Amino acid sequence: MTGTAETKPAARHTARRGFFSAEGRQLSSGGVLLLMAPFLALMAVAFLWPLFSLLSLSVLEPQPTLENYERIVSNPVYARVLVRTLLIALMVTLLCLAMAFPVALLMVRSKGPKSVLITACVVLPFWSSVLVRTAAWAILLQRHGLINQGLQAVGITDQPIQLLYTRVAVIIAMAHVLLPFMVLPIYGALRNIPTDYSRAAAILGAGSFRTFRDVIFPLALPGVTSGTLLVFLTALGYFITPALLGSPQEMMIATLISQQISGTLDWPFAAALVSVLAIFATLIALIFSRVMNFNRLMGGGS
Amino acid sequence: MKGRSLFLDAYVYAVLVFIIVPIAMILAMAFSESTYLTFPPEGFSFRWFGEFFGSPRWMAATRFSLAIAVCTAIATSVIGTMATYAMVRGSGRLRGLFQVLLIGPIVVPHIAIAVALYLFFAKVGLSGTTFGYVMAHTVIALPFAVFTIAAALSRVDPALEDAAMSCGASRFDAFRLVTLPMILPNVLSGALFAFILSFDEPVISFFLAGIRDKTLPRMMFDDIEQNLTPTVAAIAVLLTLLSVLILCLAGLLRSWSARTQRPAAK
Repeated sequence: MTGTAETKPAARHTARRGFFSAEGRQLSSGGVLLLMAPFLALMAVAFLWPLFSLLSLSVLEPQPTLENYERIVSNPVYARVLVRTLLIALMVTLLCLAMAFPVALLMVRSKGPKSVLITACVVLPFWSSVLVRTAAWAILLQRHGLINQGLQAVGITDQPIQLLYTRVAVIIAMAHVLLPFMVLPIYGALRNIPTDYSRAAAILGAGSFRTFRDVIFPLALPGVTSGTLLVFLTALGYFITPALLGSPQEMMIATLISQQISGTLDWPFAAALVSVLAIFATLIALIFSRVMNFNRLMGGGS
Repeated sequence: MKGRSLFLDAYVYAVLVFIIVPIAMILAMAFSESTYLTFPPEGFSFRWFGEFFGSPRWMAATRFSLAIAVCTAIATSVIGTMATYAMVRGSGRLRGLFQVLLIGPIVVPHIAIAVALYLFFAKVGLSGTTFGYVMAHTVIALPFAVFTIAAALSRVDPALEDAAMSCGASRFDAFRLVTLPMILPNVLSGALFAFILSFDEPVISFFLAGIRDKTLPRMMFDDIEQNLTPTVAAIAVLLTLLSVLILCLAGLLRSWSARTQRPAAK
């Protein structure tokens, strides 16, 4: 977010030097270690070690076994949860992409009040509470909520239809919550395309569609990839929205994990579920790590 | 050409309506008189704000969340600045590890971190403590703060520190008197981001919450799940005002940073 105001020369300066490159009088190794100590200690104690002990719980309790993992795959109920989670995450990602690209494009192309309006609509939700936005959808989708009123008013249905606690509710609300994470990386990529490029394409005889397909879209692709991956990964492990708007019969993996912990207290099995989710997400991120530019998440172009 | 851009405009405005309408609706409901969340809101009152500010449970949760968020903001900016400085000015030996550790909390789903910490904190007796929450929130806020701080730090000419040190300043004084003032806007916006991230964070709050000490997001979750009262709408208004305030502060910090980090004229 804060990188947005980077001036062009400064951005180029950073890019040439690399993000964490050392220059000037170097710190001694002792100094580096001393300064890094709080960071490394925190990450070891509150990130690596807890995740590692969770992983070991899933394969070591009560005796060394892969039984917990076997249960996830072989039990059709749990296998269905995995497939459903993937499908919902995919739907949310596609929905976000379809909404975000045009918004980012217009955000770059417009000036003045129009650009302020679009930016405000995108950025404000980014900073506002996920719970507030989920509550808003819970209210909208109620039996006598605004959407049911609207559907009845135009005569699509005479009885209120069940919208809340359905898969559709989860997908729409999650897309709403995650949309800024798609818009901002794409905006970052589009903003860095010099306007001369489309003018040059036009002079060379390309129509606006061809300019978009052959010039703009390929250059925006890194932003699209970052946004897509970020939204997909977040959606996979999303908890709040499915827990509040989803049906208990149609759980996603995060709601299943929560149920195993608070309901059945089956810790080794819950640990196996968490491990599957965390390892899967890490693998996807590793595969795409070449194209993923995490600095883009901050809306910075460099 | 004209038609196509009109179509683009219309499509984008439809998306913006989709983004804004749910939020605007819940904000409007906060001022309703009725006990149910209906739209359009009936009457006009500040009753639900009174309900929130008058309730000891909501107030205790808000104070608890504020304390956690302030500590998280401080811990994140201090630890983040130290580590980023070491990475930008040191030899590159730990850089690979550093980057992996930074990307870790972004890639690993929050629910995985939350469940792992729940189990770990239960073992070491940190469940429900401010310290536990602050550690957890600092882990997830650090990557964003570090990216923000690194963006500023990599723009500071190292020759400036060298000059200060040649004139007899210690490394720490050179940092404190020369570099820190130049990167301060970014350090502060990192802190601001950590604050709002922690204050709003629902997933870790959900799993780490004790029976007595609940954070504001956990109280909101319970309310939405069980009763969905207009109190939540009133909190939504307050949280949105807070977001707007923080956005304005971030904007001010951005223009400040543009001034302090302008590349030196050759």
